[in-house]
Amino acid sequence: MSDFDTEATEKEILRFLEARTKRAWETDTDLFASGGLSSLFAMELVVHLEKAFAVSVRGADLRLDNFRTVESMTELVDRLRTTSAGGTGA
Amino acid sequence: MTRAPHTAPDPHTIAGPHRIAVLGAGVMGAGITALALGHGIPVLLVDTDEERLGRAHDDIDRELRMAQLLGTLPATTGTGALEAATTTDGVGDVTAVIEAITEVTELKAKALADVSARVRPGTPLISNTSSIPIDELAGHAERAEDVVGTHFMNPPYLIPTVEVIRGARTGDRTMTAVGALLTALAREQVVVRDAPGFVTSRVLHPMINDAARVVQEGTASAEAVDALMEGCLGHPTGPLRTADLIGIDNLVDSLRVLHQRTGDEGCRPCDLLLDKVRQGELGRKTGRGFYAYQEEN
Ligand SMILES: NC(=O)c1ccc[n+]([C@@H]2O[C@H](COP(=O)([O-])OP(=O)(O)OC[C@H]3O[C@@H](n4cnc5c(N)ncnc54)[C@H](O)[C@@H]3O)[C@@H](O)[C@H]2O)c1
Repeated sequence: MSDFDTEATEKEILRFLEARTKRAWETDTDLFASGGLSSLFAMELVVHLEKAFAVSVRGADLRLDNFRTVESMTELVDRLRTTSAGGTGA
Repeated sequence: MTRAPHTAPDPHTIAGPHRIAVLGAGVMGAGITALALGHGIPVLLVDTDEERLGRAHDDIDRELRMAQLLGTLPATTGTGALEAATTTDGVGDVTAVIEAITEVTELKAKALADVSARVRPGTPLISNTSSIPIDELAGHAERAEDVVGTHFMNPPYLIPTVEVIRGARTGDRTMTAVGALLTALAREQVVVRDAPGFVTSRVLHPMINDAARVVQEGTASAEAVDALMEGCLGHPTGPLRTADLIGIDNLVDSLRVLHQRTGDEGCRPCDLLLDKVRQGELGRKTGRGFYAYQEEN
């Protein structure tokens, strides 16, 4: 059973995105599609997720696809929190 | 674009695995180290500033992760081992030295003299200077034929091409060894002759100086200059964002080297650049330059 709060996680990621980019985003928008953000911004997202949700993004999880949308980032955070709670994370 | 013929690796010079020393753990030293580690090459990183060396671990980690995120590293190679030191005592058995210390001729001259006395003869001594002529630096090493220039740019893991500068006395063996190292780092090389600023700095740095002068004269804001250079002329990041990425202190040092050696007034660093250095607004590395970079959490 998971006590993961998807909505709160999405909200926090959206808040960070809007503060940093000064524009509004939908949870399913591809952030790096044309007219979107530079892929270099992905690293800021990695660092922010690690700090805000106390997870560590390593190895094969460091893929741009995991950071494309607020939804995919939320899934990643959920998965990483579950693994680290199980004691096998990071 | 004319590319240098891809140097076939000479079995005599790359017999063993690479293990390099990088001098200077600043913007470029950290970046070059990350590039090497990401290609499985172990690095001895040397900086005289202990605090800088400490911070470099985080910088390198961040760059390696960024490179992985962008898919610019080979997936199969493991990461090379990193060793850090405040002296060059451990360079004796490295296969190449890459010097990426502050852009001041006297400092580089001393550093090259020191390492050339410690490494095995024939070990390439590679300077990543932006503008100082390679032959001028080579004169300070014990064997001028071992000295060669490369111009890795920031961030090295993202920029596929490296300008290679052959000094008047650079030996064939050194050119071959540098070619082999760049191949191991998956970089393309373009070989050019020696001159102040070679090609890229000679063209780019006075252009950035002019872009800053335009802002200084009140013609346009930094944002407007970059927007025009990007939107009309296809510059990838805009000259002033590039200045922030390079580090404005380093840019000013390089412009001074160019101005002294070419007499070109366009290379005299403009007042706005000098002011920014005085105020410690050095660009990304200090969180503020032409733009502000602080994180909002
Ligand atoms: N910044 C760029 O975009 C860029 C691009 C291409 C080339 N370069 C060139 O690369 C070199 C390094 O530039 P940077 O931007 O990394 O500079 P930087 O100021 O970020 O770092 C220089 C480092 O060298 C260290 N240092 C000074 N003397 C030393 C010594 N004797 N031994 C060991 N370490 C020493 C300093 O403590 C500092 O940490 C310069 O020659 C520069 O012109 C810079």
